[in-house]
Amino acid sequence: MSVIQLAGIERVFHLGDSTVHALTHLDVGIDAGEYVAIMGPSGSGKSTLLNLLGLLDRPNAGSYHLEGRDVTTLTPDEQAAVRSRRIGFVFQSFHLVPRLTAAENIGLPMMLAGIPAAERAQRVTQALNDFGLAPRADHRPDQLSGGQRQRVAIARATIMQPAVLLADEPTGNLDRATGDDVIHLLETLNGRGMTLIIVTHDQKIGSRARRQLLMEDGALKSDSARPSVAT
Amino acid sequence: MRNADVLRFARDAAAGYPLRTSLSVLAMAIGVAAVVVLTALGDGARRYVVNQFSSLGSNLVIVLPGRSATGGFSPANALTTTPRDLTVDDAFALTRLPSVRRVAPLTAGNSEINANGRLREVVVAGTSSTYIDIRSFKMAAGRFLPAADWNRGAPVAVIGSKIQEEIFGGRSAVGELIRLGDRRLRIVGVLKSVGQGLGMNTDEVVFVPVGVAQSLFNTNTLFRVLIEARSRDELEAVKREVMAALKARHGGEEDITVITQDAVLATFDRLLRALTAAVAGIAAISLAVAGILVMNVMLVAVTQRTAEIGLLKALGARAATIRDAFLAEAAMLSLVGALTGYGLGLFGAFVLRQIYPVFPAYPPDWAVVAALGTALGTGLLFGIMPARRAARLDPVQALMKH
Repeated sequence: MSVIQLAGIERVFHLGDSTVHALTHLDVGIDAGEYVAIMGPSGSGKSTLLNLLGLLDRPNAGSYHLEGRDVTTLTPDEQAAVRSRRIGFVFQSFHLVPRLTAAENIGLPMMLAGIPAAERAQRVTQALNDFGLAPRADHRPDQLSGGQRQRVAIARATIMQPAVLLADEPTGNLDRATGDDVIHLLETLNGRGMTLIIVTHDQKIGSRARRQLLMEDGALKSDSARPSVAT
Repeated sequence: MRNADVLRFARDAAAGYPLRTSLSVLAMAIGVAAVVVLTALGDGARRYVVNQFSSLGSNLVIVLPGRSATGGFSPANALTTTPRDLTVDDAFALTRLPSVRRVAPLTAGNSEINANGRLREVVVAGTSSTYIDIRSFKMAAGRFLPAADWNRGAPVAVIGSKIQEEIFGGRSAVGELIRLGDRRLRIVGVLKSVGQGLGMNTDEVVFVPVGVAQSLFNTNTLFRVLIEARSRDELEAVKREVMAALKARHGGEEDITVITQDAVLATFDRLLRALTAAVAGIAAISLAVAGILVMNVMLVAVTQRTAEIGLLKALGARAATIRDAFLAEAAMLSLVGALTGYGLGLFGAFVLRQIYPVFPAYPPDWAVVAALGTALGTGLLFGIMPARRAARLDPVQALMKH
């Protein structure tokens, strides 16, 4: 069963007089548990696609079904609820809140979702142990290495046990070795059944995914799962 | 998001930028402290005046020469009326009125006292034996002026405590001879210290029989006539009777003014309350300024934390949650500022009371409530705009700022 189903997606930006077709006529389905890399040059629309998948942006036309539910027509608050429970984000620049400790950063999505403090503490402790961050629980982001920061960010993205994990250039700010560790961590999570979608322009990382979507000028140029689209 | 979490989040956010937070707290604190101290000053002045009038003695009616319209002095009055003087006989006539218990004439002037080899300028008050009871003074030594014919008067004097101290030092003054102007008088008593009252410091006054004072100053007029009514309810009756009696004695002309302590007191009370309110209003401007500062600080916070707001939205925060978090932060800045300012203000009032012990500088309750309310109100009001701006941020745009 497909966890994500996009049909006829259009996204148009108006910049002054000119209109930019960031996404045109996009039809993609992604099954639960898949490991997908979205690749393509700058401006090809891959970030716009990721924002749409993360419900941070709305398409001008077309429909988006997440786990069988049409999420394009939801109100902003309903979309926020979907983001809270079903979608996890990992960013290139980590996006940790600088004044909060690692533990507090990991607990942030649960706090926003209104989960009681006792349950939060228990789940945060579990996550800190799972991600090997227990000794760093009380450190602030500026006291952590890049790899540790991204591990905190991934722990935060998965603490609500989302259906889909969206990673935007997750290794872009890391050196090669640390980047590999982060990719291994994401792949481990994917191995446990979490749908993983990585946006990258690093060929090496992209090729590790079981499925590659190649974007160009807002359209899907090739899909390794459906070679027929390639032409 | 739970309310406790919203508050904790807002607190941590404010604590994360200590300089900015402390500056806006300080601005709010100064505003509230200004209101508290200035109203304490204004209300202190009011209480001081009220206390002074109360110390004049109760049931007091004061007669002064000259017709005063309610508006006070006007040039037209000065030109067209020549008020008849108030005389000792006028005052004595009032003692026979039914609602009057006691009457004391009062004439006053400056003279020099010469005794014990020392010379000093003093205020001389000519009055009668009844004066001490009307004003509820106490004697420190000896007795007050003897009861006698108001038009003659024995060559005696009663001095205030400060004069006793300055002329005679620690020595008893009763029985001593003094020279007052060209008169030789014998001191029969010393008043207990009471401080200010009715515009003159009683501790620095020499009291002599009214007849002595009039011949000393070569006059036959009175400065005031003080009347004590039989009871508080009879104040109006006294006023009416005095008016009628003196009108009759002055050939049908209403050329005197009768005031009751109540009326004067009420006027001063109203005046000083208005003054306090005006001062509070001026101080409240600084509260509005502080509110604008809080808004500015919150706008800067929204700009600085744009990426964080984008992140919170990506993590599933609803717009209302973000708005509440920023509003809570603005409210906290205002609340802490207001409470700090309240403490500072109370301390300031305390210092004022230490410096001027006679001055009851306590802020009135309404001013405290208004100051704290305005501080919180402006803080929240000016917090709304930045909070809404934060809530409306587009998450995609916000996340790109880092």
